Amino acid sequence: MDRDRIETVTLRWLRRLVIAGFLLVTVLPFYYMLVLSVRPIERLLLDPGALLVPFGELTVATYAEVLKSVEEGGQGFLTFIRNSGIVAVSATLLTLLVAIPGAYAVSRLRFFGRRQVNFLFLAVYLFPSIVIAIPLFVVFTRAGLRGSLLGLVLVYISQTLPVSVYMLKNYFETIPVSLEESAAIDGAGRLGIIRRVSLPLAAPSIMAVALYDFMIAWNEFFFALLFLVDKPNRWTVSLGLSLLSDGVEVPKTVLMAGSVLLTLPIVILFFASERLLTEGLTSGAEKG
Amino acid sequence: MTTTAPEAGRSPTRERPPTGRRPVTLRQRESRAGLALVAPTLLVVVAVIGIPIVWTVLLAFQRVRLATLRKTGLFGEFTMSNFDRVLHTPGFADTLWTTLLYAVGGTFGSIAIGLVAALVVRRPFKGRTLVRASMLLPYVAPVVAVAFVWQVLLDPQLGLVNNWGQRFLGWDTPIPFLSQDSTALWTVIAFEAWRYFPFAFLFLLARLQAVPGELEEAALVDGATPTQRFRHILLPQLLPVIALLSLLRFIMTFNKFDDVYLLTGGAAGTEVVSVRVYQFLTARTDIGAAAAQAVVLAVVLIIFVGIYLRFFTARKEA
Repeated sequence: MDRDRIETVTLRWLRRLVIAGFLLVTVLPFYYMLVLSVRPIERLLLDPGALLVPFGELTVATYAEVLKSVEEGGQGFLTFIRNSGIVAVSATLLTLLVAIPGAYAVSRLRFFGRRQVNFLFLAVYLFPSIVIAIPLFVVFTRAGLRGSLLGLVLVYISQTLPVSVYMLKNYFETIPVSLEESAAIDGAGRLGIIRRVSLPLAAPSIMAVALYDFMIAWNEFFFALLFLVDKPNRWTVSLGLSLLSDGVEVPKTVLMAGSVLLTLPIVILFFASERLLTEGLTSGAEKG
Repeated sequence: MTTTAPEAGRSPTRERPPTGRRPVTLRQRESRAGLALVAPTLLVVVAVIGIPIVWTVLLAFQRVRLATLRKTGLFGEFTMSNFDRVLHTPGFADTLWTTLLYAVGGTFGSIAIGLVAALVVRRPFKGRTLVRASMLLPYVAPVVAVAFVWQVLLDPQLGLVNNWGQRFLGWDTPIPFLSQDSTALWTVIAFEAWRYFPFAFLFLLARLQAVPGELEEAALVDGATPTQRFRHILLPQLLPVIALLSLLRFIMTFNKFDDVYLLTGGAAGTEVVSVRVYQFLTARTDIGAAAAQAVVLAVVLIIFVGIYLRFFTARKEA
């Protein structure tokens, strides 16, 4: 057998093996999370290596504990879910409101400083959030915005804006200018063109950006920790979960139930929109 | 504000009579519309990012504590004492070194794994969409949740890894991966590589799929084996993307806070600069020192990126 044949056959098998390996490392932690969340802690301590739960062992008591309000002896996750929902949805909508006109302008209109704007976004995207965090911490403390969800929404908008504008801009650039020009000849103004022509055409891309923004805002931890830690009734799911582990008496199974509640919305959204999202994120990457 | 200057230079023949105002050209209207539409974006970016950055630098040169915050204005007395304190506090150099190791390790790991992942799912096979989607899971899942799963998985008492390690791999005692100095940093780096390989994977896969098929076919006809085709055809095509990814991931990892904070809290030799800044800010409420640390972090980062860009652009020209 020549080298080509040996390599081809070896790589074919290696490839299958590697794919299986990848599936194992990426899916197993999530499966493990789910399994632990429905096992009683006593069973887990007896047999920590089990990956299958006997049917009789299944319990949802962990979820009940996590979701119940603090007064009822639970961990109050329903409140956290509501907070996270409010923050993520409003951050998404406001980001879109700001990003759509911005992206349109950057992609279509020649104005003073257009090239600099592009650079500015890249710089913002890459700038350490810890540097921004300190003065925001100071300002929010003084303005009484610390402990309010509004301050958090404001920060999330600034964090998601650069990528949102970038993704939308790439999409707007693929829409033929002639379509807009014919609308202009028909007497539509600038805003009319955006609303009647560009927006409907960009709908899939806007959807992808909305999903991206929602995921970032839902998952975010650092700013939530910095701004909300003193106000337990304002905690987001991420923050609530992270502080749950500080309490020694909380069993690991309850912790995992909380993790499932935090992860599930994101995973569902992601699998429902995977294609849309990945194409939106990497369009333009082919250019090198 | 507008583009009047080049406009005027370009069309001297269209001079209007001096009486009456110059009408607004289409080009000017476009420029105004552009600025108006981009204004909200700029406003948010400047207010929530730009001003804070400048302010951090100002704070770094002042003595500010959370308790005295109400008394200090934007421009207090300027002093170098914060930097002095920060640079001479024990452990600062260690933290910087840890951050560097963490950033380089995480960057290299995530790109290497991402490259392998992109290569194996490049060609269609049954269930490819599902495999591709699962590979993105670590990246899209909330950091708090995945950090906890790792903690539980690696737990010495009830973790799956130690249980299986003892049962199947013959480990004598459970390994406290996240709490002993010899393994903690490596574990955190492994977590980083695991969580961010999908990012590299996405971009490398997109680039791989844009490589023209003729290139590889020609190499095949010339008798190139699969590894040769990778080495001489695909890799050169991927290098620019890899270079860009290295830069992006390095910057991101260098500043990373969540992952280390959640996994170890900065214990067992994993304290990175951003975790230290956070501790100065909240536990010691020493805002001046925290700002000084953040400025040092940003400066070190800018230096590294500068060196990298210099090296990279120099090689490109050669």
